[in-house]
Amino acid sequence: MDYRNTLTTCTYCGCGCNFFLESLDGKLTGTIPCKTSPVNEGKLCIKGWNVHQFVQSERRLKQPLLRKNGELTEVSWEEALAFTASKLKEIKEANGSDAIGFFASAKVTNEENYLMQKFARAAIGTNNVDHCARL
Amino acid sequence: MAGLAAAFGSGAMTNAVSELELSDTIFIIGSNTATSHPLVATRIFRAIENGGKVIVADPRKNQIADFAELYIQHNLGTDVALLNGMMRVILDKNLQDDTFIAENTEAFQAFKDALDDFSVEEASQITGVSVADIETLATLYAEAGSASIVYCMGITQHTTGVDNVKSLANLAMLTGNIGKLGSGVNPLRGQNNVQGACDMGALPNVYTGYQPVTLGPANKKFAQAWGVDELPSNIGLTLPEMLSGIEKDEVKALWIMGENPVVSDPDANHVVKALEKVELLIVQDIFLTPTAKLADVVLPGTSFAEKDGTFANTERRVTRVRKAVDPVGDSKPDWEIIQDISNRFGFEMTYTSPQEIFDEIASLTPSYAGISYDRLEGPGLQWPCPTKEHPGTPFLHKDGKFTRGKGLFHAIGHKPPNEVVDDEYPFWMTTGRVYAHYHTGTMTRNSESLDFEVREGFLEMNPADAKTLDVCDGSQVKMASRRGEILTKIMITERVSPGLVFMPFHFEEANVNKLTNPAFDPIAKIPEFKVCAVKLEKA
Ligand code: SF4
Repeated sequence: MDYRNTLTTCTYCGCGCNFFLESLDGKLTGTIPCKTSPVNEGKLCIKGWNVHQFVQSERRLKQPLLRKNGELTEVSWEEALAFTASKLKEIKEANGSDAIGFFASAKVTNEENYLMQKFARAAIGTNNVDHCARL
Repeated sequence: MAGLAAAFGSGAMTNAVSELELSDTIFIIGSNTATSHPLVATRIFRAIENGGKVIVADPRKNQIADFAELYIQHNLGTDVALLNGMMRVILDKNLQDDTFIAENTEAFQAFKDALDDFSVEEASQITGVSVADIETLATLYAEAGSASIVYCMGITQHTTGVDNVKSLANLAMLTGNIGKLGSGVNPLRGQNNVQGACDMGALPNVYTGYQPVTLGPANKKFAQAWGVDELPSNIGLTLPEMLSGIEKDEVKALWIMGENPVVSDPDANHVVKALEKVELLIVQDIFLTPTAKLADVVLPGTSFAEKDGTFANTERRVTRVRKAVDPVGDSKPDWEIIQDISNRFGFEMTYTSPQEIFDEIASLTPSYAGISYDRLEGPGLQWPCPTKEHPGTPFLHKDGKFTRGKGLFHAIGHKPPNEVVDDEYPFWMTTGRVYAHYHTGTMTRNSESLDFEVREGFLEMNPADAKTLDVCDGSQVKMASRRGEILTKIMITERVSPGLVFMPFHFEEANVNKLTNPAFDPIAKIPEFKVCAVKLEKA
């Protein structure tokens, strides 16, 4: 049996509570609030207590999907990434950099937001980057 | 954010959350704190235990209102009038902090002149709050040793959102309640990493740490660091502008990472049309959301539990996210997906870990310069943290030294909401959250326990209105605005006053955002989610 506790930060609201995610043999089983966190001092709300439940839900996307004949169809990463990159190139060449827009996200990490705006600005050449802060 | 940045030079929460416990008075306006930020609410309850006073202003009564010294229910969309009324009282009673104003602020006279012909009676008439209550509210705030303001989307999601925020900044500066322990202006961020997404430059006008994209040293610095000859220096499109750009055939491709605009944006029917029209729609998410269903290509990302990284919370605290389990199926961390596409596109990225990305961020961002994964092993660090030795910054604008130099007063008058009630659409409608769910429900509705708590959407209605419409608890009603209509169950409650209805926005099958008004604030470009006019009919 492989039981682990991993200290991390809640993904459900801007409080940013810290807790340990409990896992047993690679399955998430629960959360334990972090007592030494200055943010939540050992407390959590109902969302935090249950935050492990959605992660391994049956409904998670497990494979890239590509629209073929109008239907979203499971494909390999290779096919999905090749399609995406070549379409982006095609559109940039035909319509210019500012014909491409990016919605970054208040739900992903800092590093991922950084990388998306870097790609938009340095690779595509547009400042059309925004996220749902406004919403 | 734009409003606070204009007044103080920084748009972030000025204090640490824990400092709220030390405030003598906490003024909560447009924040349903117990529901949307439960662990901030904990601090507010502790402040009450410590003898502090809480005052609440909100068109819909929330839980904290029950514990408040004074709760006032002002009319929807009248925040500026209420705040100006309070400031009128403060000036009339000579409760302002003249020394603070003289030493640390500018444009006070113009602000004061603009208030000259505004009376408390007028404020009372616009807001529907008695003169006596406005006076009590003003005195409780102004006479406190240390007073904090807490606000959220009830303030910002209006066509006058920036005006609302600037008025709150005026109130704080007028009484010197800023730049001290337990005293400041505190916007609570709506989503978990909004602060981080802003800090990272996921905005059309700035790079990381709010460095402008327009021609200047930052533009040059980033071009050099990223190894390109030049970077675009025109300000990019905001989210609603990108959607209308699609309609105008100017935007041809959209890459959406971890967002669900079909459920989260106003005027949902309109959003769907734009997303159906765009030539290339790339959606990167962890579930097949209503937005992902419209995509040309769907890239399965991973949740916070399956990757490493950092978030920045509402009090500017950067903390670690750590991988607890392997990604499900064939899904991949979002940073790897971006890197793969970038490499295929022809722009090389060779990061081996999020830590490497973070080090690059720190090297380019003065407010993050002193932060590293090593230093984040403890309780996290609050930016600005400019050097490796710097302990981080719990509260901003210390001793009246504002980030922008001097605090700036703004002269602001009341403007009605973009859409008001009339004979055809006689009810005011506002939106918000419920305690068990988060945003569009993508994650929480896939959690058994949380789904069990609140299964479906509902509309809150005052008993008097229910009587007129001849409906009871659980009845179906048809609700329509100028933009669309939905069917929903009703819940009868006195939390809302007669003439006002409230609906949570987490539920795609009763998507209240088909009704909301996309009209947005001219500066912040935030849509007016909090106010629209609707009609109701028994279904
Ligand atoms: S545990 Fe609750 S209060 Fe804390 S971050 Fe998560 S959702 Fe927010």
